Amino acid sequence: MSDPGAVESALTLDPTLADPSVLGLVPAALILLGGGFTLLAAIGLLRMPDLYMRMQSATKAGTLGVALIAIGAGAHFGRAEFLIEALLIIAFLFLTAPIASHLIARAAYHARTPLWDRSVRDDLAGLPEDAPSAEPPPDRL
Amino acid sequence: MTGGAETTDLLASVSLVYLATGAMLALALAFSLGRLLRGPTLADRVIALDLIGFIAVGAIGLFAMTADLPSLLAVALVAALILFLGTAAFAMYLQRRSAS
Repeated sequence: MSDPGAVESALTLDPTLADPSVLGLVPAALILLGGGFTLLAAIGLLRMPDLYMRMQSATKAGTLGVALIAIGAGAHFGRAEFLIEALLIIAFLFLTAPIASHLIARAAYHARTPLWDRSVRDDLAGLPEDAPSAEPPPDRL
Repeated sequence: MTGGAETTDLLASVSLVYLATGAMLALALAFSLGRLLRGPTLADRVIALDLIGFIAVGAIGLFAMTADLPSLLAVALVAALILFLGTAAFAMYLQRRSAS
C-alpha cells in the first residue's frame, strides 16, 4: 500500500513509458505517420501547379502531420499533463492554420495571382473588378 | 535482464524510428526551402515559410522525445502561436500592397 514504486507506476499511464529509452509502439507509429504527412505536404508545396493548390497542400497535410507528431510526443512521455499540452498545440494549430491560409489566399487573389490554366472553376470570377476596394480601407487593418 | 540482444534490438529500432522521422522532416524542409527560393510570387514564399514553421514545430516535438525533455512541448506550443502571427502579418502586408 505504501510502496513508493506502486505510487510511481500509478502516476505514469504505462510503466514501460517511464523509461525514456523505450519508445512505445503507438508514439512510434504516430511520429512516423506525422513525418510522412509533413513530407507529403512539402512535396505538394514543391510540385503543385498553382499557388492555391500549393497552399491547400501545405496547410492541410502540414497541419495533420504536425498534429500527429505532437500527439505522439505527448503520448511518449506517458503523463496526462504532457498529453494535454500536446492537445493544446493541436487545438491552436487547427484554429490558426486555416485562418492563416485563408488570409494568404484572399490577399493573393486580390493581387490577381493567376489560377492554373487547367482550373475548371473560379467562384469569385464574376465579381466586379473593384471588389477588393469594397473591403475596409487598408489603413484600418 | 533476460536477453541483452533483445534490448539492443529494441533500442536500435527506437533510434531508427527517430532517425526516419527526422530524415522525413529534413527532406520536407529541403523541399520547402526549394519553394521558398523558387516561388514565383511573394505569396508562394509566405506559404513556404508557413510550412517551414510547421516543420520546426514538428522538429521541436521530435527533439523533445529524443532528448527526453518534455518541457520542450511548451516551446512547440509557443512556436505554433507565433507562427500564426507572422503569417497573418504577411497576409496583411500582401493585401495592403495589392490594394495600393
